Amino acid sequence: MTVAMVRAEGVHKRFGRVEVLKGITLEVQPGEVMCLLGPSGSGKSTFLRCINHLEKIHAGLLSVDGELVGYRQVGDRLHELRESEVARKRAEIGMVFQHFNLFPHMTALENVSCAPIRVKRLAREQARSHARELLDRVGLLDKLDAYPAQLSGGQQQRVAIARALAMDPKLMLFDEPTSALDPELVGEVLEVMQQLARDGMTMIVVTHEIGFAREVADTVVFMDGGVVVESGPPAEVLGNPRHERTRTFLSKVL
Amino acid sequence: MSSPEVTSPAGRPDEIRAVPVRRPGRWIAAAIVLVIAAALIRSVIVSPGFQWGVVGEYLFDHRILAGLLVTIELTVIAMAIGIVLGVILAVMRLSPNPLLSRASWCYIFFFRGTPVLVQLLFWYNIAALYPKLSLGIPFGPAFVHPNANTLITAFRAGILGLGLNEGAYMAEIVRAGIISVDEGQADAAQSLGMTRVQTLRRIVLPQAMRVIIPPTGNETISMLKTTSLASVITVTELLYAAQLIYSVNFKPIPLLITVSIWYLVCTSVLYVGQHYLERYYGRGASRELAPTALSRWRAAVLSPKHDWS
Repeated sequence: MTVAMVRAEGVHKRFGRVEVLKGITLEVQPGEVMCLLGPSGSGKSTFLRCINHLEKIHAGLLSVDGELVGYRQVGDRLHELRESEVARKRAEIGMVFQHFNLFPHMTALENVSCAPIRVKRLAREQARSHARELLDRVGLLDKLDAYPAQLSGGQQQRVAIARALAMDPKLMLFDEPTSALDPELVGEVLEVMQQLARDGMTMIVVTHEIGFAREVADTVVFMDGGVVVESGPPAEVLGNPRHERTRTFLSKVL
Repeated sequence: MSSPEVTSPAGRPDEIRAVPVRRPGRWIAAAIVLVIAAALIRSVIVSPGFQWGVVGEYLFDHRILAGLLVTIELTVIAMAIGIVLGVILAVMRLSPNPLLSRASWCYIFFFRGTPVLVQLLFWYNIAALYPKLSLGIPFGPAFVHPNANTLITAFRAGILGLGLNEGAYMAEIVRAGIISVDEGQADAAQSLGMTRVQTLRRIVLPQAMRVIIPPTGNETISMLKTTSLASVITVTELLYAAQLIYSVNFKPIPLLITVSIWYLVCTSVLYVGQHYLERYYGRGASRELAPTALSRWRAAVLSPKHDWS
């Protein structure tokens, strides 16, 4: 049996007194594309941020590629990981944000080559040529020297995807990658993501794009109120939802 | 829809040529200002009290130039201390460690809450408080015991007073800059595997610079002038150099004018430097780089018609 890329068991997370995740249990296999759907405030984005330890979980078990997120188990006690160890693990997980979060003081090429140079300690030229390849792959070879402010939203998000890919991640997290885009720019970003899925990347995508979920996802998970309401192949969850809440949600977004 | 057609298919409508509104108030106000300015300029040139000849005589006097050099040294060193200290204090202030954050708060409280002149006098008289200084392990053995009186010269007291005071102000400026950077930037940097220090140095601080530079320029210009307070503790900077001269020749006015001219020259140089620094750190902030002062001037002078009204 292969090790699951992501394994969550009863993951709980609260902000102050507000419990945002109330026991999430799911598994993502290597090469699988999972789409997380659900109304806003259902905890999808928080769960995604827990996976690369941008948020700390309060209870439950969360592991990536067989290793616990943020902790090391010694005997039957958990030890917090040092900052450098957390950083090293994050480097293996790519993340794409709703608002792109490109570094505005760097050109597209610098955005993509920055982390390989600083974190992986790659030689500058090597990192830049790899960055050029990646920007070519997302169709932005003519925008290497453009600053983020000079790019459209769709172009910025494609640079952000290239930036995440530059670290050769084994897992990609997408946090509503198209929600901040003008409708006519959504397609170009989804296309890049679809290509990525075809190339075998393991992906977890928080999205409202039901069409994308139906076409690309291997598994669709519907979350509401901090719990997984139902999950399964897109044809089942989207085509023939078993739960009333899923049906109500889908009737609103479709 | 029955709205009037703005562009007819036949072509562009004629440009509007209207008689401009008369504005007599503007003309009167301008005339008053001109008259006052003319009177002032005349008095500056004609009145013998200014003694322009004496000003010319002392403008490049070696004692004045030596004082100017000390003023520049004080400004540069005190600002350098202030900026380094400011960054450290700001990072401490934002640290999750409550002790570091409180310590930084206390520092800022004391150094911002007392006049810099008092602080200068304090450092100058430090020997009265600690006659013997020692460098070593706290509560443990000490390695060197310099005498406070010989170690803290007037110049060094000036540097300490101005630099430590500046650190408190710079801390608040740097902190404001760091807070102004969107939190998503740190998220993105950390998701790429950068540590906190790398995130601060490579991602947050360069962006904070855009907010930090303009007030820092102000601080530098202000520091240049504040160094004149060091004259009180007998540092022979620009003002004290002039005071030493006029205490002998009894011509304070022309010497104070000489001093003012040099201060103006220095602040002008700083203005230009600040402009280029802002331009550098503003890259990526807007779609185009702001024009340099020089290119703007060239464009204004050489363009065939002025359309910057």
